[in-house]
Amino acid sequence: MQKLLLLGDEALAQGAIDAGMSGIYAYPGTPSTEIMEYVQRSKVAAERNIHRQWSANEKTATEAALGMSYAGKRSMAAMKHVGLNVAADVFMNSAVTGVNGGMIVAVADDPSMHSSQNEQDSRYYGRFAMIPILEPSNQQEAYDMAYEGFELSEKYGLPVLIRITTRLSHSRSGVTTSPLKDQNKISYPADPIQFVLLPSNAKKRYQTLLVKQKANRDASAESKFNIYYDGDDKSLGIIACGIAYNYLMENFPEGKCPHPILKIGHYPMPFEKVKRFYESCEKILVLEEGYPMVEELLRGYLNKENKVSGRLNGVIPRSGELNPNIVATGLGKANGESFQIPDIVANRPPQLCAGCSHKDIYDALNETMKEFGEDQRVFSDIGCYTLGALPPFNSIHTCVDMGASITMAKGAADAGVRPSVAVIGDSTFTHSGMTALLDCVYENTPITVIISDNSTTAMTGGQTSEASGKLEEICTGLGVKPEHVRLLTPLPKYHDEMVKVLAEEMNYDGVSVVIPRRECIQTLSRSKKKQKMKEVTT
Amino acid sequence: MKSDIILAGVGGQGILSIAATIGMAAIENNLNLKQAEVHGMSQRGGAVQSHLRISDKEIASDLIPLGKADLIISVEPMESLRYVSYLSEEGWLVTNITPFINIPDYPETGELMNEIETFLHHIAINADEIARSVKSPRSSNMVMLGAASPFLDIPYDSLESGIKKIFGRKGEKIVQLNIEALKAGREFALEHKQATSPQKTPG
Ligand SMILES: Cc1ncc(C[n+]2csc(CCOP(=O)(O)OP(=O)(O)O)c2C)c(N)n1
Repeated sequence: MQKLLLLGDEALAQGAIDAGMSGIYAYPGTPSTEIMEYVQRSKVAAERNIHRQWSANEKTATEAALGMSYAGKRSMAAMKHVGLNVAADVFMNSAVTGVNGGMIVAVADDPSMHSSQNEQDSRYYGRFAMIPILEPSNQQEAYDMAYEGFELSEKYGLPVLIRITTRLSHSRSGVTTSPLKDQNKISYPADPIQFVLLPSNAKKRYQTLLVKQKANRDASAESKFNIYYDGDDKSLGIIACGIAYNYLMENFPEGKCPHPILKIGHYPMPFEKVKRFYESCEKILVLEEGYPMVEELLRGYLNKENKVSGRLNGVIPRSGELNPNIVATGLGKANGESFQIPDIVANRPPQLCAGCSHKDIYDALNETMKEFGEDQRVFSDIGCYTLGALPPFNSIHTCVDMGASITMAKGAADAGVRPSVAVIGDSTFTHSGMTALLDCVYENTPITVIISDNSTTAMTGGQTSEASGKLEEICTGLGVKPEHVRLLTPLPKYHDEMVKVLAEEMNYDGVSVVIPRRECIQTLSRSKKKQKMKEVTT
Repeated sequence: MKSDIILAGVGGQGILSIAATIGMAAIENNLNLKQAEVHGMSQRGGAVQSHLRISDKEIASDLIPLGKADLIISVEPMESLRYVSYLSEEGWLVTNITPFINIPDYPETGELMNEIETFLHHIAINADEIARSVKSPRSSNMVMLGAASPFLDIPYDSLESGIKKIFGRKGEKIVQLNIEALKAGREFALEHKQATSPQKTPG
């Protein structure tokens, strides 16, 4: 037993390592990135040769994790909430195939959209797939749930979803570890067609999944993560899911809430417990991060009894993460006076770094687009370069989901837009831009794709990018004509040349790819520092 | 005992090493700790903050409630004001006065200082200059931590040993420079705190 100071993400990773995990697969994404990064830094993970490399995207990550589970070993796939959209196909079907070695899908949701396009609630995916969901309220539970999640997964033969949210992902606290377990040995599923989802077998597997639902509910009824705390004042009962429990208890500094509390950390919810709770309290307040999922279930469509409060009736705001003050208001408690923030405090949004290569390509792009007339639009994607949508650049006009820049530009080109231009990052391109480019090649769509190549996954902290050094070959391999794959060096001194090349390719009636390549200045300065340290110490 | 601290700055200014040092010191004193950090998008030159909570009792929330922070430590003057709604009536605002200007509508220095001075419990310190004066120009962070140290419920020596643990890997010289910076910040604060005057009232 060891006491460690860990982020929620790190606690999850440590729990998985200690539980005998043999491999983790992930694509970076805030707030989930630190799960993989922790395993990559872990000495024990290195000694045990735990697989710990990034994957091209969340779908490939989850499939690889399922493959490791097929081989009998314990595996984890980690991603941010929107990553689960990308992995949804394998995720849904892995519930139908079931697993062999224990498998955890760890998903970090980002309510309030600190670093995301939306605040979707992954618990719905867990319900959709009909698998157990664990939701920790603190770092220790994050550890314990990963540690015990594999056993749960193996016992019921289902993948287990662990859902964590931003504040816990990125908050540090003390965690006590459990004994290190051995890894599983290789073993195949006993039934050789378990994973063959041909309709004839899929129907059987789906029935198996439906039958398992009772066991899932029984497991949750017995779960130590669903706890009832009695309270004398039954005029109100509070259901607190995951981290919401902490915000609730913050409002009772003595550690004693007068109302009964049902703390939920394991879904499907324990039916009998919830029923008894519901019946024994006059009113119910539901506190949950994300969407009002539990609240909606309790109310029912018609909300006949009208005794449940939460996000749906405005007692808690409909969107955004919770905090102690929101919960206080929901409890009808007064929040004390607080100092006013002076008006002179200006917004300070994130921005591209000084010396960033994306800046130079946007300067050139803006000038090129002007040549084609007023009100030109450019399709783009997700990464540091998305900041080009803001002043002073205002260069790009879309950011929807990873890879969408190329395919949206294709659709616009098909609609007759000329020039139709996409800006995408190198990591986003390999995440899900390559198939989009193939669609364009297939029809020779007149489109210019700018892959702004800083040779890293910068937005999430500089992870390796799978295409580094291979982008041209990938593009020509997909069928883009070599003479229309153009390499540029994005620096102010090459501005005129960049404008010239961009204009040439935009005037070309077919697929062209322009690759401005210069290393991210953050990763560059980090590797220079490392180099210096080496020189000093050797 | 408890200390609820908001750390503030601009992404890239390194508020997390202040948090890590206090964290080490808290552990040395067997205190409970929760520290919510900001990772991701806003680290790109945007406003960043961290909630650091230390207590000898169990800590419930990872986030500090409004009006409950004992201390704001900011490595940038405008950023110190962004979080004053968290400050308690008796709390202290400890801020660097060297501005980090990366936006077009950054306020006038004079106006900024006027606002900071309305908080009677404040320490405004030129941490960059003090760091240079002790020949440790990259340790303005530790100057800020030193300036905040009189208001922390943690023995000062534990902060020094925290620095040793955190910077130890980088060699004795770096450790010493950071400790010098810490000391200089602390001296400044001890000279400049007039703790007796009542704080302005929130509202
Ligand atoms: C499906 C999905 N996965 C992950 C993310 C998180 N994410 C946003 S941008 C980004 C990296 C982009 O890297 P790159 O395209 O190379 O651009 P850079 O940031 O380096 O400019 C990631 C991983 C996301 N928004 N959506």
